[in-house]
Amino acid sequence: MNMQTTSRLTAAETALVEAFAAQIGEFPGDGAVIGTRDRLLDDLKKAGLPTRRIESWHYTDLKSLLRQVPDVAPVAAVDPIAALVDGSKIFPVLQGFADPKASADGVEVTVFKNKLTDGSAAAELTALGHDDAIGRINGSFVRDGFAISVPANTELEQALELQALHAGGQIHTRFPVSFGAASKATIIERHLAVTDGAALVSSISDIRLDEGAEVTWIIVQQQGAADTHLGQIRVKLGARAKLRLFVVNAGGKLVRQELRIDVEGEGAELTLRGVNLLGGESHTDVTLMLGHNVPHTNSTEIIRNVVFDRANGVFQGMIRVAPDAQKTDAKMACNTLLLSDDGGFSVKPELEIFADDVICGHGATVADIDSNHLFYLMARGVPENKARAMLVNAFVAEIVEELEDEKLVEALEGIISSWLERHA
Amino acid sequence: MLEIKNLHARIAEDGTEIIRGLNLTVKAGEIAAIMGPNGSGKSTLSYILSGREDYEVTEGDILYNGESILELDPAERASKGIFLAFQYPVEIPGVATMQFLKVAMNEQRKARGEAELTTPDFIRRVKEAADKLKIDQAMLRRPLNVGFSGGEKKRAEILQMALLEPQLCVLDETDSGLDIDALKIVADGVNALKSPDRAVVVITHYQRLLDYIVPDSVHVLYKGQIIRSGDKSLALELEENGYADIIGEAA
Repeated sequence: MNMQTTSRLTAAETALVEAFAAQIGEFPGDGAVIGTRDRLLDDLKKAGLPTRRIESWHYTDLKSLLRQVPDVAPVAAVDPIAALVDGSKIFPVLQGFADPKASADGVEVTVFKNKLTDGSAAAELTALGHDDAIGRINGSFVRDGFAISVPANTELEQALELQALHAGGQIHTRFPVSFGAASKATIIERHLAVTDGAALVSSISDIRLDEGAEVTWIIVQQQGAADTHLGQIRVKLGARAKLRLFVVNAGGKLVRQELRIDVEGEGAELTLRGVNLLGGESHTDVTLMLGHNVPHTNSTEIIRNVVFDRANGVFQGMIRVAPDAQKTDAKMACNTLLLSDDGGFSVKPELEIFADDVICGHGATVADIDSNHLFYLMARGVPENKARAMLVNAFVAEIVEELEDEKLVEALEGIISSWLERHA
Repeated sequence: MLEIKNLHARIAEDGTEIIRGLNLTVKAGEIAAIMGPNGSGKSTLSYILSGREDYEVTEGDILYNGESILELDPAERASKGIFLAFQYPVEIPGVATMQFLKVAMNEQRKARGEAELTTPDFIRRVKEAADKLKIDQAMLRRPLNVGFSGGEKKRAEILQMALLEPQLCVLDETDSGLDIDALKIVADGVNALKSPDRAVVVITHYQRLLDYIVPDSVHVLYKGQIIRSGDKSLALELEENGYADIIGEAA
C-alpha cells in the first residue's frame, strides 16, 4: 500500500514530502501549529499537486509543470538591497527569515515565526478549499515573515517594503497585514532572486482593511529564470475601504499568483491592475477569485500582458456576485500583446452573478504591435527595435501611470523598461 | 533631389498594382504639387517614398540626392532627411508627446553622427516651434496625438517637421479636415521652412491648399502615372474643369 502511494508521487511531490520529513523538529510552532502542518502536508500528499483536471488549475498543470523542487539547504547569506521607492521602510526577509529588528514608526510588527511559536498563527494556516495547493504548501512549510498591524486612523507617510530576497532553495513566507479603520498606507511586497540558483517560493499575504482604510499594495515579482513562485493574496475589504492592488510579474520560470479577494463591506472599492512581462520558457498564471459579497461595492480589473519568446501566460478572472449584492459594479479587462509566434496567453473570464441589479462586464484582446503605430514612429527616424520597445512600454505604462505617486510610477517604469531592454 | 524613375509598385499583401510607371523629378528648393482624383495612387506614393512595408516596388527606382533609397527602412530614410506629414496621424496612447519628440530628434541626430540635444536646448526648440504654430503647451503634455482635433493633429505634424528639419517634405493631404484658419497656420508653417536646399512635395486633391502654398510645379497623377505636368496654372485649370478633360486626353 505504502509502496503504491509512493510510486504515484511525482519527483517534485516526493521531494516536498521528504523535505517536510527532514525538517520535522525544526519547524517553528506549538502543538496546534505542528498539528496543522501535519494535516496540510497529509492533504497535499493525498491529493498530490493539482493537475489540469482541477478546474482552477486547468491552464497551469502544476503536477506536470513543477518538475523539480530544490533542496532546503539555506545557502549563502543574503544582504538587503536598496528600497524600490526611496525613503520606504524596509522589512527584510532574507532567505525566508525575517529580520526581528525591523520596525517602523506607527505600526505594530512581529516576525511571523513568533506567531508560529506561540500558536497564534495556527488558525491562519488554512487551505481555502480542496484546490488550494498554495495554502497547503505554505501552511506546511512556512517558517517566517512579518505580521504587521497599522492602527486605526494612522496615515503612513512612507511606504513599507516587504523585501523577500533569496539565493535559491526553498522559501516559504507569510505576511498577515491588517489596516485599522480609516488608516492609509502603501505596501510594496517584493520578491526577488539575488542569484541564479533555483528556488521554490511560496508566499501568502493576508490583507485585511477595516472600515474606510485606504491602501495601495504593490506586488513586484522578479524571481530568477529557474524559480517557481507560488504567491497568494487573501484580502478582506471592510465597509468603504479602498484597496488598490497592483501586481507586476517580471521574472520566474513557473509563477502562479492567486488573488483571493472578498469584498465584505458596503461602499468598498477594489482597483486591481496587473502587468505581466513574460519571456523565455516561463509560465505565468494570475488567477483572481473575487467575491462581491454585499451590496453597493465596486471593482475594476485591468491586466496587461506582454509575451515574448516561448512564454505562456494565463489570466483567470472569476467574479462572483452574491445573491443580495445589488448595485455591484465590476469591470474587468485583459489585454495581451503577443510578440512571438511561439508564445501564448490564455484568458478565462468568469462571471457568476446571483444578484439581478448589477453592472458587470469583461473584455479581452490579443494583438501584435499595431503596424500603423510602428510605421509612424519609424517614419520619424526612430529605429525599429527602439520603436517597438517604446510601443510595448506604452502598452503597460498606461496603467502604471494611474498610480499617482510619481516616485512609485518611476520605480515601476524602471523595472518594466529594464526588463524590456533584456527581452526585446 | 528626388528622382523617381519608371516606378512600379504594388500592395504586398494582394499584389494589386497601384503605381504603374511613374516618373517625377523634384529639385532642391522646389515645391511640387501632386494632384489627382481619389484612387489615383497619391497616398500610396507618399507611403512608398517613406518606406512603408505594405508596398513592394517591382520595377524602377527612387533616387534621393542621387542614391537609391529602396533598400532603406522608414527610420533610415527619415534620418537622411525624408519627412512624411501624414494624412491621418495616428494616436499612440502611453507615448508622451514630448518624449516622442525628444527620441525622434535625438535618434536622427545619432544616425547622422551628431551629439544629442541637451534637455534645456530641446525644450527651447520645441517651445519656439510650438509658439509659431499656435500649439499650446497643454497639448504637448498629452500622449502622442491622443484626443487632438483634426486641426491639432495636422499642426502637430508640421511641428515635427519644423523640429526635424528634413530636406524632403512630403505632405499627404495636409489640407483635409482643416478649416480656413487652421489651413493658414499650417501653410505658414510650411512656407517658413521653404529654403533653397529643401524640397516639398504637396499631395492634395484640391487646389485650395495651393493658394497658400504656391507650387513651382504641378503634376497630375492618374492610375499610378503622372499624366501631365505644368506650372501652377495647371492647378487652376483643374479647379475650373475637373480631372475629366486631362484624363480624357491621356486615355
